[in-house]
This record gives sequence, C-alpha cells and structure tokens, in this order.
Amino acid sequence: MDAGAQMLGRLSGFATTLRDNGFSIGLAEAADAARVLASPLAARPALLGQALRALFCADRQEWQKFDDIFAAYWLARGIRRVRTLSGAAPKQGPRTLRQLAAAGAPQGEPEARQAPQRHGEDGAANPADRRGRREGASAAQTLERMDFRHIADPASLAEAHAAAARLAAVLRTRLARRQRRASSGRRIDIRRSIRASIPHGGTPLELVWRRRRQRPLKLVVLLDASGSMSLYTAVFTRFIHGVMHGFGQADAFLFHTRLVQVSAALRDGDPQRAIERLSLLAEGVGGGTRIGACLAQFVRWHARRSLTSRSVLMIISDGYDTGAPGALGAAMAALRKRCRRIVWLNPMLGWKGYEPVARGMAEALPFVDLFAPAHTLESLQRLEPWFARL
Amino acid sequence: MAFTRDDIAARLEGAGYIADRDLATALLLMDMLRRPLLIEGEAGVGKTEVAKALADIHATNLIRLQCYEGLDQAAALYEWNYQRQLLAIKAREGGDPEAIEAEIFSERFLLARPLLAAIRQDIAPVLLIDEIYRADEEFEAFLLELLSDFQVSVPELGTIAARAIPRVVLTSNGTRELSDALRRRCLYHHLEYPTQERELRIILARVPGISIALARQVAGMIAALRREELAKIPGVAETLDWARALLGLGVTDIGEDPVSAYDTLTCVLKTQEDRARISREVTDRMVAQVA
Repeated sequence: MDAGAQMLGRLSGFATTLRDNGFSIGLAEAADAARVLASPLAARPALLGQALRALFCADRQEWQKFDDIFAAYWLARGIRRVRTLSGAAPKQGPRTLRQLAAAGAPQGEPEARQAPQRHGEDGAANPADRRGRREGASAAQTLERMDFRHIADPASLAEAHAAAARLAAVLRTRLARRQRRASSGRRIDIRRSIRASIPHGGTPLELVWRRRRQRPLKLVVLLDASGSMSLYTAVFTRFIHGVMHGFGQADAFLFHTRLVQVSAALRDGDPQRAIERLSLLAEGVGGGTRIGACLAQFVRWHARRSLTSRSVLMIISDGYDTGAPGALGAAMAALRKRCRRIVWLNPMLGWKGYEPVARGMAEALPFVDLFAPAHTLESLQRLEPWFARL
Repeated sequence: MAFTRDDIAARLEGAGYIADRDLATALLLMDMLRRPLLIEGEAGVGKTEVAKALADIHATNLIRLQCYEGLDQAAALYEWNYQRQLLAIKAREGGDPEAIEAEIFSERFLLARPLLAAIRQDIAPVLLIDEIYRADEEFEAFLLELLSDFQVSVPELGTIAARAIPRVVLTSNGTRELSDALRRRCLYHHLEYPTQERELRIILARVPGISIALARQVAGMIAALRREELAKIPGVAETLDWARALLGLGVTDIGEDPVSAYDTLTCVLKTQEDRARISREVTDRMVAQVA
C-alpha cells in the first residue's frame, strides 16, 4: 500500500508540473487520474501515458507537448519546460521581449511598471476624459502624439502602455457590441408564433420574428518582432494584449525569422505576466525578418484554422523583408483569399518623408485594404472608426 | 461490457475502423471514467467514423446531433408537436379543459430531438455531437449542463432522467476555440491523418475485392499527395473513393495505367488550384515512385 501512496504522490507532482506548463487541471481530473492509476492501465508506462494524455489534454497544443512532459517527469529524460515553437531553433542567444521592454526604459525600474497610472487623477478610463485631454496642452497630449521611439523614461513608457491597453479596450468593445445590436426581425417564425398563440386560444396575438444574427469579427494579429521593429515591439505587445484579453475570437502570432503562435500567452489576464510568458515563447526576438517566409508558414499551418470569412488580419510590420523576393507577394495573395480585410500597420509610415518603397512593402501593398501609420497612440486611435464600420 | 484495450482495437477493426493504439486507450477510459470524448482533427481524418464504429462494437444505436449556427434547444432537445396539439384542442372543443391540457402535454405530443432521445434509451446509445464548433457558445454551456447530470427538465412534464448513460463523442476541427469548461469536462483525442501503413489497412478493410498491391499503391500515392502543398488535403473518405474508382475501372496496377490514375484523381483533388498543381507530369512522377 506504501507503493500506492508513493505513486499518488508522484501523480500529484505530475499534475503540478503540467499546471506549470499551462495545463488547466482541476480536482475532478486529478481524481479520475487516481482511478486510472489504480486500474490495469498503470501497468505499462506507454499505456499510462496515453490514458493520462486523453484525460489531461484539452487542445492540440497541449496534446503535442504532453508526451515530452510525460517523458521528462516519469521517465526522467530531463526536460522540465516545453516551449511551443515552430520552425528552426534560434541561432543567437536569448534576447527576450522583457529585456526589450527594459531596453526601451533605460533605468528599468520595476515599480514604475507596476504603477502604470502615475497621475491618479487622470482616471482616463472613460472616453470623455480622453477627449478632454486632447484639447488641452497637457503632458498626456504630447504623449499621445509622441513617436514611440522617443518615449524613453520608464514612467512615460508605462503611461504609453496603459494608454495602449485602454485604446485596445475601446476597440474591443466597439467590435464586440456589434453582435448585440442585431437587425430587427425580417421574417415571422411560424413555429414559435403558434407556440406563443396557445395562451390566446390559438389567435396569433404575439408574433415571433426571426432575425439574422450578426456575428462578431475575428481578429488575427501578426506582429513583427524583428530588430528593425524592436523599439515598437514592447508597446505593440501591450496593445495586442489589450485586444486579445477577453476578446473571445482572436489569435496572435509573433514573427521575426520564425513564426510563433502567442495567443495562449497573451490571454493571460495580467499584462506583465503575459509579456513574461511571451518572452519565454519568443526567444531570439530581434534578428532579421523573413516576412515572406513567415507569412507563407502562417498560410500553410495556421491560416486554415485561424482565418475565416469574418476575420480581419492585422499585420504590424515595417515591411523590411530580408527573405527571397516574391515570397511575400505570393503569401499575401493567398491570405487575401482567406480573410475579409487585411490591415497593415506600419510605424514608419508616420515618419516624415517615408515612402513605402521597401521591396517587401511594395509587394504586399496591392493586397492590403488599409495601410495606416502606427507610430503614436493617436494614430492607433484613428483606426477605431474604420474598425467600427466593418 | 468491460473490454481490454486490445479487445477494443480488435473489435473496432472488426467494425471496419482501423484505430491507432491511443484511440483504443481513450475509448477504454471513456467507459471507465464515464466522461465524454472530444475528438479533434483535420477534415477527413475519420472523426465521425469513430462514433459509428463505437456504436457498432457495443451493438447500440447511434444518435447523431449535427451542430450548426443557431442550433437551439428546440432542435437539439425537445419540442412540443404544436400542430397535433392544436388539432387535439379543436377536436375536443367543449370538453373538460383540464383533461385536454393534461392530454396535450403528455409524452405523446412530445417530439424528442437527439439529446432527449439519447437519454431515453434503455440500452446506452452512442451520442455523436458532430462539429460542435459550429454551434454557439450558449449552446455549449447548455450542453455542459446536460453532459454533467444527464437529465432534462421539461416544465410541463417534470424531470426526465437518463435510463442509461449514453457514450458521448464530440467532434471538432478546431476552427473555433471551444470553451475551457467543455474541454475540461471531456477526454481529449487528437486524430492525425493515418500513416501510410494504417491507410493501407483501412483500404483493405473498407474496399472489398481490392488487391494488396493496388491498395499499397493507392496508400503510397495519397501519402505523397498529402506532402504536396494542397489547398485541400485529401481525407480518408477521398482515399476510399479513389480506391473504389480504380477498382471499378478495372485498374490492377497504377504503374501500367497512369492515364486512368490521373483521370480518376478528381476523386481526391477537390479544388481547381490543386488540380492544376498536380499536373500529368507530377502524377507520373508519383506513380513511378509507388509503382
């Protein structure tokens, strides 16, 4: 019986390891796992692995990483954490997003990040406040107009992050509200009208209408995290986190020389933790960009699942492609067929005298529905009406 | 009926479904823990077939609920037969109102939709909830409730509890993210396209009269096609269609008759783009590899 108790201890340790790796395992699962352990299935590790995998996994990503975690824990193969990466391993050493964020803020004081709203009286959660700000000549206004590149001190950076998150929230509610404001009825629902007429002795006093449901948009974001974009990455990560959080139908990917799916990490409610999880996923951020290859990878592996006819694809990149010519155009053409609208946000577009002549940008432009600057908070805010119209 | 895992695998094979080992384990667990099984995978990997085979090996009914957007309780659970109720009211006009009411809200006037039908069976059926991702999130929440207590309350009749707990199989292809609550409630299995060897066994099991040589060539061709960058990757159903088409045309060796092979690829390639990509030359090259 001692051996049994030992096995149970090991099992609960395994559940903890899985939770550390992002699995959500409740008490019911753990209890069922104990039953599996007591059954003949536990006799062979391979069988036990299959059984626990069916029990503990909830989606494809977990399904794919389960075997490694299982082997590491039960068969002691020495791997503790498993990252979901696609493509080849990074060549250079780890340069994480968090370090990038810290690089943007020279002193990198943690307490500044924990208190994003330095001016308590701002409380700019409602739009009226923001409008008020834009009129006056306050510090906040300059921040809205300031290129993200020039935001240097940690407090301003934190402020910019908070503003980006707020803006994302506005965008999100605008998109989400659309589904409630459904059109009025067009056709009579005969069946339900008859049902409703029964209390009136069969006289159809109350008519029941059928309406066409409006379906919310799905947002898929591809964020360029290459070296040339590194000054912007931290702010955009925050922006995307704001959109993703609570927005049921959204997917996010990060790309530089490879493409990494970051949806799960960005769903984390706490932005700082989300960015930390992201940095684990995206080791090697900041190298060159192979936009064409990454988009092709997206088309091949993710587009079928991720994109629907109701999807808006948002690509945030400067369009400096170091890959083979032609690849980007071909990938964009394929994407064009799969989604409703393509938005390309280019921070450089806001610079004075910038023309989209970079080869990559020129290849992609014919397929883009909205090509907009995204170098300041104000430019991000200007996107809102466009999204509301969709 | 308690089976061992190898038992289940053998019986599935008897029912014409060639399962890999982990699927048999998952099915075994499903019986042991009485949890529903959520199967995810690309279109055409045989998700729905699992439920059919499962019903076959347990010799029970298969009750299928096809999900679609806007699927509601009336279409999934139960509905009163309003027309019959109205007729009954008219026919008994002037009678005792209470008696009429008691009559028109009796089971005779209840239309059982798949979910109610599934819990009213005496022998536990297999309930297949197909393409759950198409249904709305509210329906998912409702389903969750049903899947946890297996009872339904009809206000006019009272609570109907399951006579036997059905085996529930849900399928999804991952287009829409399902709620975490539903995922946690279910066992999970991810189905991949079959390996070449498994596909060969599937063809042999499902296409009677095919020679092993031809089946091997078909499986090889399909495996090669899946490696190409196609817009729509052929599923197992396409493989079987193609094998039947070749058999029907009297082809015994693809290598000797590449023209027929190319012509019948319409069974497998379902978009114009794919058709253009797999040209005659590409086909010939593939045929040369497998023949």
